[in-house]
Amino acid sequence: MTSRRLFLSVALSALALSPAAAEDVVLAPSVLRKPLAGSWTSYSGDYTGRRYSALDQVNQQTVKHLTLAWTAELTGGPDKSFGRGGASSTPVITGGEGSGEFTSGHNVNVKGSILVVDDILYVTSPDNVWAMDARDGTVLWRYFWETRGGTHIGNRGAAIWNNYLFFETPDDYLVSLDARTGKERWHVEIADFEQQYFSTPAPIVVDNHVLVGTGNDLDSPGFLQSFDPETGKRQWITYSVPMKADDPGLETWPNLDTASHGGGQVWIPGSYDPETRLYIYGTGNPTPGYTGAPRPGDNLFTCTLMAVDIDTGKLKWYFQTSAHDTHDWDSAQTPVLYDAKIDGKMRKLVSTAARNGYFYTLDRVTGEHLLTKKFGTYTNWSLETRPTGVVEPNPEKEATIPGALVSPVEGGVVNWPPPAYSPVTGLFYTHEKNGFNMLYLTEPDPRGSMGLGGKERVQIGSLGDYLIALDPLTGETQWRHEWPGRGGGGLLATAGNVLFTGDGSGNLVAVDATNGKPLWHSRIGDPSNAVQTHLVDGKQHLLVAVRDRLYDYVLY
Amino acid sequence: MRAKIAWSAGIWLLALGLAPSAGAQGGKKPPDFPAQQRALADAATIARGEQIYTANCRFCHGADLRGGDSGGPNLLRSRLVFNDKEGELIAPIVTQGSQTAGGGMMPPIPMPSEDVKALAAYLHSVQASMRGQGNPPAGEEKVLNVLVGDASAGKAYFKKTCSSCHSAGDMKGLTEKFPEAMDLQNYWVRGGGDSRRTGKPETPTTVTVKTPAGKTFKGDLVRYDDFIVSLREADGTYRSFSRGDEALKVKIDDPRQAHLQLLPKYSDKDIHDVTAYLASL
Repeated sequence: MTSRRLFLSVALSALALSPAAAEDVVLAPSVLRKPLAGSWTSYSGDYTGRRYSALDQVNQQTVKHLTLAWTAELTGGPDKSFGRGGASSTPVITGGEGSGEFTSGHNVNVKGSILVVDDILYVTSPDNVWAMDARDGTVLWRYFWETRGGTHIGNRGAAIWNNYLFFETPDDYLVSLDARTGKERWHVEIADFEQQYFSTPAPIVVDNHVLVGTGNDLDSPGFLQSFDPETGKRQWITYSVPMKADDPGLETWPNLDTASHGGGQVWIPGSYDPETRLYIYGTGNPTPGYTGAPRPGDNLFTCTLMAVDIDTGKLKWYFQTSAHDTHDWDSAQTPVLYDAKIDGKMRKLVSTAARNGYFYTLDRVTGEHLLTKKFGTYTNWSLETRPTGVVEPNPEKEATIPGALVSPVEGGVVNWPPPAYSPVTGLFYTHEKNGFNMLYLTEPDPRGSMGLGGKERVQIGSLGDYLIALDPLTGETQWRHEWPGRGGGGLLATAGNVLFTGDGSGNLVAVDATNGKPLWHSRIGDPSNAVQTHLVDGKQHLLVAVRDRLYDYVLY
Repeated sequence: MRAKIAWSAGIWLLALGLAPSAGAQGGKKPPDFPAQQRALADAATIARGEQIYTANCRFCHGADLRGGDSGGPNLLRSRLVFNDKEGELIAPIVTQGSQTAGGGMMPPIPMPSEDVKALAAYLHSVQASMRGQGNPPAGEEKVLNVLVGDASAGKAYFKKTCSSCHSAGDMKGLTEKFPEAMDLQNYWVRGGGDSRRTGKPETPTTVTVKTPAGKTFKGDLVRYDDFIVSLREADGTYRSFSRGDEALKVKIDDPRQAHLQLLPKYSDKDIHDVTAYLASL
């Protein structure tokens, strides 16, 4: 590199970092592309889905010095401060299309990511958004959405872009707020409430696209949509199942009517690769969920890892992680994007640990299949793996009238709580839950099966829950830590070689990323979201929610 | 299995689609979705609509609206029926006929608009009684035969695998306790349990703790994680121990452990056979 070119590139990067380029907005869009470190700017902290923070103040040695900086209890629901006045009351901004009959949002449960930008936290629970001071948990404002109803199962967090926040509501709106004040900018309907859609995902903003998924339990088609962050105008929609006679994948269904009632909901955010401009995400189970008879075939693109072009929504490649699923094992897991050397060559890869107990690695540029490996020790629903890497399901392990003993349970070997990947250790970290169910078919008439009905599920027991570290190139387990209790949820990996998670026994736990040994714990209850980390005033903090209470730890 | 743990309970609830009661503070929570929220037509209109349905639609769409053998689509999950308010979307289909997504043809069925309204009122009344996650309205429970196993093969399996701990005589009372074969099967596969769904053990898990000083404590397990083990002794005394010292020996005794270890070994036929054998005792 010549000195002149060097000068030029330095000048350019200085420009990118200058406040002028950032135009003094809450979050300049370019920051969204940065690897996870001091802030937490999107669902997974950054676009890669790794949940790997470059922060290393907290490490194997220092983690035991973590101390509680503050804790805060969140209050939700309709604004009751009206008429009470008083300087201490938090401003509550109310929006929504509900009549007030369906009052909701009281039972605060933080089950998603908390954005951390410029020392402000943005926290969500269904129908509520809070802005809080990262230094002490003071609530700056709260936005409350008066709902029309919908399944209030959870909210996975907000998205931020320039001065705007975006979040979804259980009654199917995408709402945009001014991040500085909580004032609503606009809301748009993103799915047909009459069709019983409900919306839980955290939107993901990439350039001028707000990517939005939604959910449904009643045989409606799943889809991913993109909206304009300025206007809320829809840019494109990509269905997970065939909706027209010439749509791809129709050959994997008996007919169009069955396909277009075939599910494949997009209810967990995906990961994004700026180089290929591919958004990579997993789709949910086919419907009816437990009866395969009315839908012979692989049922594309349900339970599938999808790679779509960010500008058009066009499917560039796909890989089905559960062909013809009959166990409600959504493939709604966060895909992890990373680069690693295979046969001496650096490859751009994506890995996913699926709810059905199988781990997959693919080339994320082409979708070329590289690895299929069972990681649920007792997973028993499958036959041989096809040459394509797709696992053949065993029809005998579908729900039967006299009962089938199936592992994992309906909740899966893993569920939506995110895995983590550390480029330092090169390991993929995930929980592994080895439960068994007896699965009975209670609706033998395939004509009559809908949604998740037609079966009875009985919990039998578990052969143990583990935290495991996989080599994502071989699928081999490098270490396993057995939880004495029932195992935890989402994971965080850090440059300090410490993993954070819940242990399912009421503890927030730090374990050594190199061997799985517990290093530190705090008995605050089981975390309801995945642990996060960020910097405040140059100090590394840990942030986690236990239902309606946030806990913030710091290393002073 | 997971109900006592908040985090896992969240996943479990998600899996079951059971949203926590949203109106805990404000009394009863209205239904989640419009099909269940909307006011129904009066009973006479609904009854008239049902008659119209039975006479004109039932043959193709089924007695339960979930589609018929002659090809009519399921109306309970129909996008059109969901979006219809009082027959305005249904009317053109009924009176003009339609090409179905499944490839069939529905012939026109001319009827006055008041009849279409009554028909729509009936369809909406059935949708309103649907249960969560696509479960249809509660109907008659179907009697299904779980007892398909071969009792003599089950007897041989029992002798080979179970008789080191159990005798046929011990098992005799089970059919009285569990007259339903499904309950009986769940009970024994699980290795005991207090109910069909939770499987909460009848006999508690016990623990023996040997301290570095050589003292031994034994009791029902209260807490066991990577950091602390606690127990309640037979006389009610509670004791807890930090697990930091590797010289502290902890032995957990789950009475169901032998059964759990068998789970990966059973074939479904083994399970059905043993159930048939136990039911024959």
